[in-house]
Amino acid sequence: MKQSFRFYLQLAFALLVCAFLIVPVVLSMLAGVTENFFVGLSSGFTLRWVLQVWDTYQMTIWRSIVIALACLAVTLVAGVPLAYMLARYKGGNSRLARVFEELLMMPVAVPGLATALALIMAYGQYRAFRGSLLFILVGHVLFTLPFMVRPVLAVMQSSQLAVLEEAAASLGASMSQRFFGVVIPNVMSGILAGALMVVTLSVGEFNITWMLHTPLTMTLPVGLADSYASMRLEVGSAYTLIFLFMIIPLLIAMQWVTQTTRARVRL
Amino acid sequence: MSVHVTNKSHRSNRKRPGSKVWLFAVPGMTLFAAFWLLPMLRLVGVGASGPTGAMAYLAVVTNRHYLWSLVSTLVLSGVVTVATLAISSFVGLFLQRNRFPGKPLLLAMLTFPLAFPGVVVGFMVIMLAGRQGLIGALTDKLFGESLVFAYSLAGLFLGYLYFSIPRVILTVIAAAEKLDPSLEEAARSLGANPARVFLDVMVPALTPALISSGAICFATSVGAFGTAFTLATNIDVLPMAIYNEFTSYANFAMSAALSIVLGVITWVALALARSLSGSTVPATA
Repeated sequence: MKQSFRFYLQLAFALLVCAFLIVPVVLSMLAGVTENFFVGLSSGFTLRWVLQVWDTYQMTIWRSIVIALACLAVTLVAGVPLAYMLARYKGGNSRLARVFEELLMMPVAVPGLATALALIMAYGQYRAFRGSLLFILVGHVLFTLPFMVRPVLAVMQSSQLAVLEEAAASLGASMSQRFFGVVIPNVMSGILAGALMVVTLSVGEFNITWMLHTPLTMTLPVGLADSYASMRLEVGSAYTLIFLFMIIPLLIAMQWVTQTTRARVRL
Repeated sequence: MSVHVTNKSHRSNRKRPGSKVWLFAVPGMTLFAAFWLLPMLRLVGVGASGPTGAMAYLAVVTNRHYLWSLVSTLVLSGVVTVATLAISSFVGLFLQRNRFPGKPLLLAMLTFPLAFPGVVVGFMVIMLAGRQGLIGALTDKLFGESLVFAYSLAGLFLGYLYFSIPRVILTVIAAAEKLDPSLEEAARSLGANPARVFLDVMVPALTPALISSGAICFATSVGAFGTAFTLATNIDVLPMAIYNEFTSYANFAMSAALSIVLGVITWVALALARSLSGSTVPATA
């Protein structure tokens, strides 16, 4: 009986923490479709605010999607071969590879504000570059690259890849044949996990982007901050609602990938 | 002689697959060097280019205003870390050791805010404790006076808690899954009460995970910018001081020096934690 009392006490605490996390989300979702949140739900539901956000901030949504996909492309092209080098160079445990791994993590370890300031001070004078989406893409790539490299590297290290490659090599496969024909197909689960992470992080990135953006290169999170600061609560809420609908599928997919890969590899 | 030959052929065979593998790192590391390493070196130089030269790096301790920002940032992050670790280990352990209907749903809801950027977290704090927030409305009904604290350090505390709890809960659950239940049974059969079992068996076993997730939580709180930015631009924490120095006063040297100091702090926190506990992947604010 005492045990069960303790159980309910703990459950109550867990529910309280859950309420702390979820209640504001629900409130904000409701506020986004309420005529006047200050008056309450009795003022009626409306899609007015969502439409207003769509009119005002539509471009930020498209920009964020374009940047996330471009970021994915760059991290794939640069990150997967890099993971291969880290896994293979001098049998996979060279000091150089450890240094590279450590360095790659730096843009995540160091606050985004510092990375952004460094980029502005080094490349800010190239006006065309500074004002283009490319400038923001660079920031996102730096920040997301380790999240592509790490899961791919984990799969490369844990699978029987070395044996398979040796077999391919002994049959006369060239390096590029081995990379595209043996390595890539065998690390697909890591690539998928990394890709979802990269897209999710890029869509939500604010710390770096805020410093790098110009009025013409505003992304979704920057637009969110803008609407929180200058629009009524209902508009900010409606905008948040749109953002949530964008990331929920990504989160579900990520959950699914980790569950299906966990059986084989520990990420 | 024959031994020598096989040895040699073996070596060349092993060497062949790895000989040009460094080429695979060229695109990634070139990007990194051009857009992070070199700009960072430049930032260090800019930090020392102000009227006070390299002394700018000491300004964070010699200038009272910056020192105050630094102290409040570190204290706030420390308190957030301790509170998050306490709350999350309690909830994480509870979820890991009990089965009840609705548990997967509860876990899903507890980890749902994982992907929220700092700005959205700030907005959630406004929803809870802002001018039109829930806490204000409730206290208004109960006491006739509405409690609004979103736009201050207290609001920032709530925001960092909101941001960190889901991450640490996941780490605690993962670490608790690897605990050996027989140790706990042994302690209990030797007469230890639940509190003793918790302190002497569970806590030491969870320590590496708690250190690493605590360091991530601390480093993220020190460097986070979005939440503070959403709540109020006059909250006195170091990231906001850097931002104001850069945008409002165009004091590039000082903002560069301060952000290098900030970067060194978060990097050292993460590196220390890793040397104490194994691997850490920093969180994403």
